Amino acid sequence: MNLNKGGIVMGKIFRFHTDVDTDQIIASQYLLFPTIEEMKKYTFESLDPDFAKKVQPGDFVVACENFGCGSSREQAPSVLKALGVKAVIAKSFARIFYRNAINIGLPVIICKDLYDNVADQDEMELLLEEGIIKANGQTFTCTKLPAQMQNILDQGGLIASLNKEV
Amino acid sequence: MGMTMAEKIIAYAAGVESCKAGDIQTVELDRLMSNDGTTHLTIDMYNTKLKNPHIADVNKLVWIVDHNIPSDSPKTAASHKKMRDFAREHGIKFYEGEGVCHQVMMENHVRPGELIFGADSHTCAYGALGAFGTGVGCTDYLYAMVTGTSWLLVPETLRFNLKGKLPEGVYARDLILTIIGRIGANGANYKAMEFGGEGLSSLTMSDRISICNLCVEAGAKTALMEVDDIAMAYLKEHGRKPKAIFTSDEDATFAKVYDIDLSEITPIVAKPHFVDNVVPAKESLGVKINEAFLGSCNNGRLEDLRVGASIIKGKKVSPEVRFLVVPASRAVYQQAMKEGILDIFMEAGAIVMNPNCSVCWGSCQGVIGEGEVLISTGTRNFKGRAGHRDSFVYLASAATVTASAIKGEIATADMV
Repeated sequence: MNLNKGGIVMGKIFRFHTDVDTDQIIASQYLLFPTIEEMKKYTFESLDPDFAKKVQPGDFVVACENFGCGSSREQAPSVLKALGVKAVIAKSFARIFYRNAINIGLPVIICKDLYDNVADQDEMELLLEEGIIKANGQTFTCTKLPAQMQNILDQGGLIASLNKEV
Repeated sequence: MGMTMAEKIIAYAAGVESCKAGDIQTVELDRLMSNDGTTHLTIDMYNTKLKNPHIADVNKLVWIVDHNIPSDSPKTAASHKKMRDFAREHGIKFYEGEGVCHQVMMENHVRPGELIFGADSHTCAYGALGAFGTGVGCTDYLYAMVTGTSWLLVPETLRFNLKGKLPEGVYARDLILTIIGRIGANGANYKAMEFGGEGLSSLTMSDRISICNLCVEAGAKTALMEVDDIAMAYLKEHGRKPKAIFTSDEDATFAKVYDIDLSEITPIVAKPHFVDNVVPAKESLGVKINEAFLGSCNNGRLEDLRVGASIIKGKKVSPEVRFLVVPASRAVYQQAMKEGILDIFMEAGAIVMNPNCSVCWGSCQGVIGEGEVLISTGTRNFKGRAGHRDSFVYLASAATVTASAIKGEIATADMV
Protein backbone atom coordinates (compact mmCIF):
# COMPACT_ATOMS: atom_id res chain seq x y z
CA MET A 1 0.00 0.00 0.00
CA ASN A 2 1.41 3.35 -0.96
CA LEU A 3 0.34 5.92 1.56
CA ASN A 4 1.90 8.81 -0.24
CA LYS A 5 0.38 8.33 -3.66
CA GLY A 6 -3.31 8.24 -3.06
CA GLY A 7 -3.60 5.10 -0.98
CA ILE A 8 -6.94 4.65 0.72
CA VAL A 9 -6.55 3.52 4.29
CA MET A 10 -9.27 2.41 6.71
CA GLY A 11 -8.82 1.92 10.39
CA LYS A 12 -10.03 2.53 13.92
CA ILE A 13 -9.85 5.88 15.66
CA PHE A 14 -8.03 6.32 18.97
CA ARG A 15 -9.32 9.68 20.17
CA PHE A 16 -7.36 11.97 22.50
CA HIS A 17 -8.01 15.39 24.02
CA THR A 18 -6.35 18.80 23.66
CA ASP A 19 -2.72 19.62 24.61
CA VAL A 20 -1.52 15.99 24.46
CA ASP A 21 2.17 16.48 25.23
CA THR A 22 5.06 14.30 24.15
CA ASP A 23 5.54 13.01 27.71
CA GLN A 24 2.09 11.39 27.38
CA ILE A 25 2.97 9.90 24.01
CA ILE A 26 6.19 8.35 25.32
CA ALA A 27 7.43 9.04 28.86
CA SER A 28 10.97 10.12 29.69
CA GLN A 29 11.97 6.92 31.45
CA TYR A 30 11.83 4.99 28.17
CA LEU A 31 13.65 7.43 25.90
CA LEU A 32 17.14 6.09 26.47
CA PHE A 33 16.13 2.53 25.67
CA PRO A 34 18.34 1.38 22.80
CA THR A 35 15.65 1.19 20.09
CA ILE A 36 12.20 2.47 19.17
CA GLU A 37 11.04 -1.17 19.09
CA GLU A 38 11.76 -1.47 22.82
CA MET A 39 10.00 1.81 23.60
CA LYS A 40 6.82 1.39 21.57
CA LYS A 41 4.93 -0.83 24.02
CA TYR A 42 4.84 2.14 26.46
CA THR A 43 3.12 4.51 23.99
CA PHE A 44 0.41 6.62 25.66
CA GLU A 45 1.05 4.70 28.89
CA SER A 46 -0.17 7.53 31.14
CA LEU A 47 -3.41 8.05 29.18
CA ASP A 48 -4.27 4.50 28.12
CA PRO A 49 -1.90 1.79 29.41
CA ASP A 50 -3.34 -0.74 26.93
CA PHE A 51 -3.00 1.46 23.86
CA ALA A 52 -0.02 -0.42 22.44
CA LYS A 53 -1.85 -3.73 22.77
CA LYS A 54 -5.09 -2.45 21.27
CA VAL A 55 -3.85 -0.42 18.32
CA GLN A 56 -3.57 -2.26 15.01
CA PRO A 57 -1.49 -1.34 11.99
CA GLY A 58 -3.64 0.99 9.91
CA ASP A 59 -5.35 2.68 12.86
CA PHE A 60 -5.47 6.44 13.44
CA VAL A 61 -4.83 8.84 16.28
CA VAL A 62 -7.32 11.73 16.37
CA ALA A 63 -6.91 14.67 18.73
CA CYS A 64 -8.11 18.18 19.44
CA GLU A 65 -5.76 21.21 19.59
CA ASN A 66 -1.96 21.44 20.02
CA PHE A 67 -1.18 17.73 19.68
CA GLY A 68 2.44 16.88 20.54
CA CYS A 69 3.31 19.94 22.60
CA GLY A 70 6.33 19.92 24.87
CA SER A 71 9.59 18.14 24.32
CA SER A 72 11.39 17.74 20.98
CA ARG A 73 11.73 13.98 21.47
CA GLU A 74 11.42 12.39 18.05
CA GLN A 75 10.64 9.17 19.85
CA ALA A 76 7.04 10.48 20.07
CA PRO A 77 6.11 10.23 16.38
CA SER A 78 8.52 7.29 15.99
CA VAL A 79 6.69 5.01 18.46
CA LEU A 80 3.36 5.85 16.79
CA LYS A 81 4.77 4.97 13.40
CA ALA A 82 6.40 1.80 14.76
CA LEU A 83 3.01 0.65 16.11
CA GLY A 84 1.56 1.06 12.64
CA VAL A 85 -0.44 4.25 13.26
CA LYS A 86 -1.10 5.44 9.72
CA ALA A 87 -1.71 9.10 10.45
CA VAL A 88 -2.38 11.56 13.23
CA ILE A 89 -5.31 13.90 12.60
CA ALA A 90 -5.81 16.93 14.86
CA LYS A 91 -7.26 20.42 14.85
CA SER A 92 -3.72 21.72 15.33
CA PHE A 93 -0.23 20.45 16.15
CA ALA A 94 2.69 21.76 18.17
CA ARG A 95 5.39 22.67 15.70
CA ILE A 96 8.27 20.37 16.70
CA PHE A 97 6.08 17.25 16.72
CA TYR A 98 4.62 18.26 13.36
CA ARG A 99 8.02 18.68 11.78
CA ASN A 100 9.42 15.51 13.35
CA ALA A 101 6.47 13.44 12.13
CA ILE A 102 6.88 14.61 8.53
CA ASN A 103 10.63 14.03 8.76
CA ILE A 104 10.13 10.36 9.66
CA GLY A 105 7.34 9.88 7.11
CA LEU A 106 4.33 9.81 9.47
CA PRO A 107 1.45 11.78 7.95
CA VAL A 108 0.13 14.51 10.27
CA ILE A 109 -3.09 16.01 9.05
CA ILE A 110 -4.86 19.15 10.17
CA CYS A 111 -8.62 18.67 10.06
CA LYS A 112 -10.75 21.14 11.98
CA ASP A 113 -14.03 19.22 11.97
CA LEU A 114 -13.19 15.55 12.45
CA TYR A 115 -12.56 15.55 16.20
CA ASP A 116 -16.00 16.86 17.15
CA ASN A 117 -17.81 14.36 14.92
CA VAL A 118 -16.20 11.06 15.86
CA ALA A 119 -15.88 8.91 18.97
CA ASP A 120 -13.11 6.65 20.18
CA GLN A 121 -13.05 3.35 18.25
CA ASP A 122 -15.11 4.69 15.33
CA GLU A 123 -13.91 3.61 11.88
CA MET A 124 -12.58 6.13 9.41
CA GLU A 125 -11.20 6.16 5.92
CA LEU A 126 -8.36 8.43 4.80
CA LEU A 127 -7.90 9.48 1.18
CA LEU A 128 -4.50 11.02 1.65
CA GLU A 129 -3.90 12.44 -1.80
CA GLU A 130 -7.35 14.03 -1.97
CA GLY A 131 -7.05 15.32 1.59
CA ILE A 132 -10.39 13.78 2.52
CA ILE A 133 -11.52 11.76 5.54
CA LYS A 134 -14.74 9.74 5.65
CA ALA A 135 -16.29 8.70 8.96
CA ASN A 136 -19.81 8.06 10.25
CA GLY A 137 -21.26 8.81 6.81
CA GLN A 138 -19.70 12.26 6.72
CA THR A 139 -16.87 13.62 4.61
CA PHE A 140 -14.26 15.94 6.09
CA THR A 141 -11.81 18.13 4.22
CA CYS A 142 -8.25 18.45 5.53
CA THR A 143 -5.78 21.30 5.26
CA LYS A 144 -3.04 20.66 2.71
CA LEU A 145 0.56 20.34 3.85
CA PRO A 146 2.93 23.15 2.84
CA ALA A 147 4.67 22.14 -0.43
CA GLN A 148 8.06 21.83 1.29
CA MET A 149 6.69 19.32 3.79
CA GLN A 150 4.55 17.42 1.27
CA ASN A 151 7.70 16.95 -0.78
CA ILE A 152 9.55 15.45 2.20
CA LEU A 153 6.61 13.14 2.96
CA ASP A 154 6.33 12.08 -0.69
CA GLN A 155 9.94 11.00 -0.67
CA GLY A 156 9.39 8.88 2.43
CA GLY A 157 10.90 11.29 4.95
CA LEU A 158 13.84 13.63 5.32
CA ILE A 159 16.59 10.99 5.33
CA ALA A 160 15.28 9.41 2.12
CA SER A 161 15.25 12.90 0.67
CA LEU A 162 18.81 13.53 1.88
CA ASN A 163 20.03 10.28 0.36
CA LYS A 164 18.85 11.54 -3.03
CA GLU A 165 20.76 14.82 -2.58
CA VAL A 166 24.21 13.47 -1.70
CA MET B 1 9.83 47.23 4.93
CA GLY B 2 11.30 46.75 8.39
CA MET B 3 12.37 43.37 9.74
CA THR B 4 12.15 41.68 13.13
CA MET B 5 15.14 40.22 14.98
CA ALA B 6 14.07 36.73 13.94
CA GLU B 7 13.79 37.76 10.28
CA LYS B 8 17.21 39.42 10.37
CA ILE B 9 18.98 36.44 11.93
CA ILE B 10 17.40 34.05 9.43
CA ALA B 11 18.18 36.34 6.47
CA TYR B 12 21.81 36.58 7.59
CA ALA B 13 22.08 32.81 7.99
CA ALA B 14 20.43 32.30 4.59
CA GLY B 15 22.72 34.80 2.88
CA VAL B 16 19.83 36.91 1.61
CA GLU B 17 19.16 40.63 1.95
CA SER B 18 15.79 40.25 3.57
CA CYS B 19 13.02 37.80 4.37
CA LYS B 20 9.62 37.97 5.97
CA ALA B 21 7.38 35.82 8.13
CA GLY B 22 5.91 32.97 6.11
CA ASP B 23 8.92 32.61 3.80
CA ILE B 24 10.83 29.35 3.77
CA GLN B 25 14.59 29.85 3.82
CA THR B 26 17.53 27.46 3.63
CA VAL B 27 19.93 28.49 6.37
CA GLU B 28 23.53 27.78 7.28
CA LEU B 29 23.57 26.72 10.94
CA ASP B 30 26.18 28.05 13.35
CA ARG B 31 25.96 25.38 16.01
CA LEU B 32 24.29 22.03 16.61
CA MET B 33 23.68 20.88 20.19
CA SER B 34 22.54 17.38 21.07
CA ASN B 35 22.16 15.60 24.42
CA ASP B 36 21.70 12.06 25.69
CA GLY B 37 17.89 12.25 25.32
CA THR B 38 18.09 11.36 21.63
CA THR B 39 21.70 11.21 20.38
CA HIS B 40 21.88 7.40 20.48
CA LEU B 41 19.07 7.33 17.91
CA THR B 42 20.79 9.97 15.77
CA ILE B 43 23.94 7.82 15.74
CA ASP B 44 21.97 4.71 14.76
CA MET B 45 20.45 6.60 11.82
CA TYR B 46 23.87 8.00 10.87
CA ASN B 47 25.33 4.50 10.83
CA THR B 48 22.50 2.63 9.15
CA LYS B 49 20.31 4.97 7.09
CA LEU B 50 22.66 7.32 5.27
CA LYS B 51 23.97 6.61 1.80
CA ASN B 52 26.96 8.85 2.36
CA PRO B 53 27.53 9.35 6.08
CA HIS B 54 29.72 12.35 6.87
CA ILE B 55 29.75 15.48 9.04
CA ALA B 56 29.69 18.84 7.26
CA ASP B 57 31.66 20.71 9.94
CA VAL B 58 32.52 18.88 13.12
CA ASN B 59 33.39 22.18 14.83
CA LYS B 60 29.70 23.11 14.88
CA LEU B 61 28.71 20.08 16.92
CA VAL B 62 28.39 20.11 20.72
CA TRP B 63 27.26 16.94 22.47
CA ILE B 64 26.28 16.98 26.13
CA VAL B 65 25.39 14.13 28.48
CA ASP B 66 23.07 15.74 31.03
CA HIS B 67 19.69 14.05 31.15
CA ASN B 68 20.63 10.79 32.90
CA ILE B 69 24.09 11.47 34.27
CA PRO B 70 25.41 9.43 36.01
CA SER B 71 23.61 6.63 34.23
CA ASP B 72 20.82 4.86 36.08
CA SER B 73 20.73 1.52 34.26
CA PRO B 74 22.68 -0.71 31.89
CA LYS B 75 20.44 0.48 29.02
CA THR B 76 21.27 4.12 29.73
CA ALA B 77 24.95 3.25 30.12
CA ALA B 78 24.89 1.62 26.67
CA SER B 79 23.30 4.70 25.09
CA HIS B 80 25.88 6.94 26.80
CA LYS B 81 28.74 4.73 25.62
CA LYS B 82 27.47 4.89 22.06
CA MET B 83 27.43 8.69 22.27
CA ARG B 84 30.84 8.94 23.98
CA ASP B 85 32.54 6.58 21.51
CA PHE B 86 31.09 8.34 18.46
CA ALA B 87 32.06 11.78 19.79
CA ARG B 88 35.63 10.64 20.40
CA GLU B 89 35.94 8.90 17.04
CA HIS B 90 34.76 11.98 15.14
CA GLY B 91 36.34 14.67 17.33
CA ILE B 92 33.01 16.16 18.45
CA LYS B 93 33.09 18.62 21.37
CA PHE B 94 31.80 16.49 24.23
CA TYR B 95 30.66 17.30 27.77
CA GLU B 96 29.69 14.71 30.34
CA GLY B 97 28.65 15.63 33.87
CA GLU B 98 29.45 19.31 33.29
CA GLY B 99 25.88 20.53 33.59
CA VAL B 100 22.49 20.86 31.96
CA CYS B 101 23.00 21.30 28.22
CA HIS B 102 21.54 24.81 27.90
CA GLN B 103 23.55 26.15 30.82
CA VAL B 104 26.72 24.60 29.36
CA MET B 105 25.88 26.18 25.99
CA MET B 106 25.29 29.61 27.52
CA GLU B 107 28.52 29.46 29.52
CA ASN B 108 30.69 28.19 26.67
CA HIS B 109 29.28 28.57 23.16
CA VAL B 110 26.26 30.75 22.35
CA ARG B 111 26.95 34.07 20.59
CA PRO B 112 24.54 36.86 19.61
CA GLY B 113 23.25 36.55 16.04
CA GLU B 114 23.84 32.81 15.75
CA LEU B 115 21.30 30.34 14.42
CA ILE B 116 21.44 27.22 16.55
CA PHE B 117 19.63 23.90 16.34
CA GLY B 118 19.39 21.91 19.54
CA ALA B 119 17.90 18.45 19.83
CA ASP B 120 16.02 19.69 22.89
CA SER B 121 12.95 21.88 23.01
CA HIS B 122 14.40 24.37 25.53
CA THR B 123 17.06 25.46 23.05
CA CYS B 124 15.06 28.69 22.80
CA ALA B 125 16.97 29.73 25.97
CA TYR B 126 19.79 31.03 23.76
CA GLY B 127 17.70 34.07 22.90
CA ALA B 128 18.91 35.54 26.19
CA LEU B 129 22.10 36.32 24.23
CA GLY B 130 20.27 37.38 21.07
CA ALA B 131 20.78 34.03 19.33
CA PHE B 132 18.03 32.18 17.44
CA GLY B 133 17.92 28.79 19.14
CA THR B 134 15.24 26.28 18.22
CA GLY B 135 14.48 22.71 19.21
CA VAL B 136 14.50 19.92 16.62
CA GLY B 137 14.16 16.14 16.55
CA CYS B 138 17.00 13.79 15.71
CA THR B 139 16.16 13.48 12.00
CA ASP B 140 16.36 17.25 11.53
CA TYR B 141 19.53 17.18 13.62
CA LEU B 142 21.06 14.46 11.46
CA TYR B 143 20.23 16.34 8.26
CA ALA B 144 21.88 19.47 9.67
CA MET B 145 24.88 17.47 10.87
CA VAL B 146 25.44 16.04 7.39
CA THR B 147 24.71 19.17 5.34
CA GLY B 148 25.43 22.03 7.77
CA THR B 149 22.10 23.48 6.68
CA SER B 150 18.37 23.17 7.15
CA TRP B 151 15.14 24.82 6.07
CA LEU B 152 13.13 27.15 8.25
CA LEU B 153 9.73 28.70 8.03
CA VAL B 154 10.35 32.33 9.01
CA PRO B 155 8.19 32.88 12.11
CA GLU B 156 5.90 35.74 12.96
CA THR B 157 6.92 37.57 16.11
CA LEU B 158 5.08 38.36 19.33
CA ARG B 159 6.76 41.43 20.79
CA PHE B 160 6.85 41.96 24.57
CA ASN B 161 7.70 45.50 25.68
CA LEU B 162 8.90 45.35 29.26
CA LYS B 163 8.81 48.34 31.57
CA GLY B 164 9.58 48.92 35.24
CA LYS B 165 11.15 46.27 37.43
CA LEU B 166 10.00 43.19 39.31
CA PRO B 167 8.96 43.84 42.93
CA GLU B 168 11.06 42.47 45.78
CA GLY B 169 10.41 38.74 46.15
CA VAL B 170 9.11 38.33 42.60
CA TYR B 171 11.25 36.58 40.02
CA ALA B 172 11.73 35.95 36.29
CA ARG B 173 9.93 32.62 36.72
CA ASP B 174 6.83 34.46 37.95
CA LEU B 175 7.01 36.78 34.94
CA ILE B 176 7.28 34.07 32.29
CA LEU B 177 4.58 31.92 33.96
CA THR B 178 2.32 34.99 33.94
CA ILE B 179 2.96 35.49 30.22
CA ILE B 180 2.40 31.80 29.38
CA GLY B 181 -0.80 31.85 31.42
CA ARG B 182 -1.98 34.84 29.47
CA ILE B 183 -1.21 33.59 25.94
CA GLY B 184 -1.73 29.84 26.57
CA ALA B 185 0.19 26.64 25.85
CA ASN B 186 -0.05 27.19 22.10
CA GLY B 187 -0.25 30.99 22.18
CA ALA B 188 3.11 31.34 20.44
CA ASN B 189 2.97 28.17 18.31
CA TYR B 190 5.22 28.65 15.24
CA LYS B 191 6.09 32.16 16.46
CA ALA B 192 9.09 33.97 17.92
CA MET B 193 8.70 35.70 21.28
CA GLU B 194 10.80 38.86 21.35
CA PHE B 195 11.54 40.81 24.54
CA GLY B 196 12.79 44.37 24.79
CA GLY B 197 12.02 47.76 26.23
CA GLU B 198 13.47 49.70 29.11
CA GLY B 199 12.44 47.05 31.65
CA LEU B 200 14.91 44.57 30.15
CA SER B 201 17.83 46.34 31.84
CA SER B 202 16.42 45.38 35.26
CA LEU B 203 16.77 41.67 34.44
CA THR B 204 20.00 39.74 35.03
CA MET B 205 21.35 37.22 32.52
CA SER B 206 20.06 34.49 34.81
CA ASP B 207 16.57 36.03 34.64
CA ARG B 208 16.78 36.32 30.88
CA ILE B 209 17.80 32.69 30.37
CA SER B 210 14.92 31.62 32.61
CA ILE B 211 12.42 33.67 30.58
CA CYS B 212 13.63 32.61 27.12
CA ASN B 213 14.01 28.97 28.20
CA LEU B 214 10.33 28.62 29.09
CA CYS B 215 8.93 30.21 25.91
CA VAL B 216 8.58 26.80 24.27
CA GLU B 217 5.89 26.11 26.87
CA ALA B 218 3.78 28.61 24.93
CA GLY B 219 4.76 26.74 21.75
CA ALA B 220 7.33 29.31 20.61
CA LYS B 221 9.78 28.42 17.87
CA THR B 222 12.34 30.69 19.45
CA ALA B 223 12.73 33.47 22.00
CA LEU B 224 14.86 36.55 21.43
CA MET B 225 16.07 39.39 23.61
CA GLU B 226 17.75 42.60 22.62
CA VAL B 227 21.49 42.49 23.22
CA ASP B 228 22.41 45.23 25.69
CA ASP B 229 25.34 46.06 28.00
CA ILE B 230 24.35 43.28 30.41
CA ALA B 231 24.41 40.66 27.64
CA MET B 232 27.71 42.04 26.30
CA ALA B 233 29.27 41.97 29.78
CA TYR B 234 28.24 38.30 30.16
CA LEU B 235 29.73 37.49 26.78
CA LYS B 236 32.98 39.26 27.60
CA GLU B 237 33.21 37.58 30.99
CA HIS B 238 32.97 34.22 29.21
CA GLY B 239 35.55 35.18 26.59
CA ARG B 240 33.38 35.43 23.50
CA LYS B 241 32.40 38.01 20.89
CA PRO B 242 29.11 38.37 18.99
CA LYS B 243 28.57 36.96 15.51
CA ALA B 244 26.20 39.85 14.81
CA ILE B 245 23.86 42.03 16.83
CA PHE B 246 20.37 42.59 15.49
CA THR B 247 17.39 44.55 16.74
CA SER B 248 13.95 44.77 15.22
CA ASP B 249 13.35 47.79 12.99
CA GLU B 250 10.89 50.41 14.18
CA ASP B 251 8.61 49.56 11.27
CA ALA B 252 8.94 45.79 11.67
CA THR B 253 5.69 43.85 11.53
CA PHE B 254 4.71 42.08 14.75
CA ALA B 255 1.82 39.62 14.94
CA LYS B 256 0.96 41.18 18.28
CA VAL B 257 2.55 43.58 20.77
CA TYR B 258 2.18 43.16 24.53
CA ASP B 259 3.10 45.82 27.08
CA ILE B 260 4.18 44.24 30.35
CA ASP B 261 4.64 46.26 33.52
CA LEU B 262 7.09 44.22 35.58
CA SER B 263 6.04 45.96 38.79
CA GLU B 264 2.59 44.35 38.50
CA ILE B 265 3.87 40.75 38.50
CA THR B 266 3.21 38.62 41.60
CA PRO B 267 4.41 35.15 42.74
CA ILE B 268 2.81 32.52 40.48
CA VAL B 269 2.30 28.77 40.61
CA ALA B 270 1.54 26.56 37.61
CA LYS B 271 -0.74 23.75 38.75
CA PRO B 272 -0.86 20.20 37.37
CA HIS B 273 -0.79 19.21 34.54
CA PHE B 274 -0.19 22.18 32.23
CA VAL B 275 2.33 25.02 32.31
CA ASP B 276 -0.38 27.52 31.34
CA ASN B 277 -2.56 26.42 34.28
CA VAL B 278 -1.31 29.32 36.39
CA VAL B 279 -2.72 30.93 39.51
CA PRO B 280 -1.34 33.45 42.00
CA ALA B 281 0.80 31.47 44.47
CA LYS B 282 -1.50 32.71 47.25
CA GLU B 283 -4.30 30.59 45.76
CA SER B 284 -2.28 27.37 46.06
CA LEU B 285 -1.13 27.76 49.65
CA GLY B 286 -1.41 24.75 51.90
CA VAL B 287 -1.16 22.00 49.27
CA LYS B 288 0.90 19.26 50.97
CA ILE B 289 4.10 18.34 49.15
CA ASN B 290 6.35 15.29 49.26
CA GLU B 291 9.30 16.68 47.34
CA ALA B 292 10.74 20.04 46.30
CA PHE B 293 13.23 20.57 43.48
CA LEU B 294 15.52 23.57 43.03
CA GLY B 295 17.48 23.19 39.81
CA SER B 296 17.18 22.68 36.01
CA CYS B 297 18.10 24.75 32.97
CA ASN B 298 15.38 27.12 34.06
CA ASN B 299 16.31 27.90 37.66
CA GLY B 300 19.52 26.09 38.65
CA ARG B 301 21.85 29.05 38.36
CA LEU B 302 23.84 30.75 41.09
CA GLU B 303 21.26 33.52 41.46
CA ASP B 304 18.53 30.93 42.10
CA LEU B 305 20.65 29.06 44.64
CA ARG B 306 21.41 32.35 46.41
CA VAL B 307 17.69 33.10 46.66
CA GLY B 308 16.98 29.63 48.07
CA ALA B 309 19.90 29.79 50.52
CA SER B 310 18.88 33.21 51.81
CA ILE B 311 15.42 31.82 52.63
CA ILE B 312 16.48 28.52 54.20
CA LYS B 313 19.55 29.73 56.12
CA GLY B 314 19.20 28.69 59.76
CA LYS B 315 15.96 26.81 59.04
CA LYS B 316 15.20 23.15 58.34
CA VAL B 317 13.58 21.26 55.49
CA SER B 318 10.25 19.80 56.64
CA PRO B 319 10.68 16.17 57.77
CA GLU B 320 7.86 15.30 55.35
CA VAL B 321 9.81 16.58 52.33
CA ARG B 322 12.80 15.55 50.24
CA PHE B 323 14.39 18.80 49.04
CA LEU B 324 16.64 18.27 46.00
CA VAL B 325 19.10 21.04 45.18
CA VAL B 326 20.80 20.57 41.81
CA PRO B 327 23.15 23.27 40.48
CA ALA B 328 22.80 23.68 36.70
CA SER B 329 26.50 23.32 35.92
CA ARG B 330 29.89 22.51 37.39
CA ALA B 331 30.76 26.22 37.33
CA VAL B 332 27.59 27.03 39.29
CA TYR B 333 28.26 24.16 41.69
CA GLN B 334 31.83 25.28 42.40
CA GLN B 335 30.90 28.91 42.90
CA ALA B 336 28.04 27.89 45.19
CA MET B 337 30.52 25.88 47.24
CA LYS B 338 32.88 28.86 47.49
CA GLU B 339 30.06 31.10 48.67
CA GLY B 340 29.00 28.61 51.34
CA ILE B 341 25.61 28.19 49.70
CA LEU B 342 25.79 24.41 49.50
CA ASP B 343 26.68 24.26 53.21
CA ILE B 344 23.53 26.19 54.01
CA PHE B 345 21.38 23.73 52.03
CA MET B 346 23.18 20.73 53.54
CA GLU B 347 22.75 22.01 57.08
CA ALA B 348 19.06 22.57 56.40
CA GLY B 349 18.69 18.93 55.38
CA ALA B 350 18.53 19.29 51.60
CA ILE B 351 19.90 16.64 49.25
CA VAL B 352 22.54 18.38 47.10
CA MET B 353 23.17 16.56 43.85
CA ASN B 354 25.47 16.67 40.84
CA PRO B 355 24.56 18.92 37.87
CA ASN B 356 22.04 17.15 35.64
CA CYS B 357 18.42 17.40 34.49
CA SER B 358 17.31 15.58 37.65
CA VAL B 359 13.61 15.13 38.34
CA CYS B 360 12.68 17.82 35.81
CA TRP B 361 12.50 15.08 33.23
CA GLY B 362 11.40 12.21 35.45
CA SER B 363 13.99 9.70 34.42
CA CYS B 364 17.03 10.75 36.39
CA GLN B 365 17.21 10.73 40.19
CA GLY B 366 14.43 11.90 42.46
CA VAL B 367 11.39 10.65 40.56
CA ILE B 368 8.18 10.72 42.55
CA GLY B 369 5.79 7.87 43.27
CA GLU B 370 2.08 7.29 42.83
CA GLY B 371 -0.04 10.09 44.28
CA GLU B 372 2.99 12.17 45.33
CA VAL B 373 3.26 15.93 44.93
CA LEU B 374 6.35 17.81 43.77
CA ILE B 375 6.93 21.54 43.72
CA SER B 376 9.60 22.33 41.20
CA THR B 377 11.63 24.98 39.42
CA GLY B 378 11.77 22.54 36.50
CA THR B 379 10.43 23.32 33.06
CA ARG B 380 7.25 21.23 32.89
CA ASN B 381 4.43 19.86 35.01
CA PHE B 382 2.89 17.47 32.49
CA LYS B 383 1.13 14.37 33.80
CA GLY B 384 3.79 11.84 34.79
CA ARG B 385 6.60 14.21 33.85
CA ALA B 386 8.42 13.68 37.16
CA GLY B 387 7.73 10.00 37.70
CA HIS B 388 4.54 7.98 38.26
CA ARG B 389 1.73 8.72 35.82
CA ASP B 390 -0.56 9.51 38.74
CA SER B 391 1.61 12.12 40.43
CA PHE B 392 1.38 15.91 40.59
CA VAL B 393 3.85 18.68 39.74
CA TYR B 394 3.52 22.36 40.64
CA LEU B 395 5.95 24.85 39.07
CA ALA B 396 7.17 27.95 40.89
CA SER B 397 10.15 30.22 41.54
CA ALA B 398 13.22 29.24 43.57
CA ALA B 399 11.83 31.31 46.43
CA THR B 400 8.42 29.63 46.48
CA VAL B 401 9.94 26.16 46.09
CA THR B 402 12.36 26.73 48.98
CA ALA B 403 9.67 28.18 51.24
CA SER B 404 7.45 25.18 50.44
CA ALA B 405 10.28 22.76 51.29
CA ILE B 406 10.48 24.34 54.74
CA LYS B 407 6.72 24.40 55.37
CA GLY B 408 5.94 20.98 53.88
CA GLU B 409 3.18 22.60 51.86
CA ILE B 410 3.01 25.24 49.17
CA ALA B 411 4.10 28.51 50.74
CA THR B 412 5.62 31.81 49.68
CA ALA B 413 8.87 33.21 51.01
CA ASP B 414 7.17 35.74 53.26
CA MET B 415 5.57 32.87 55.21
CA VAL B 416 8.74 31.22 56.51
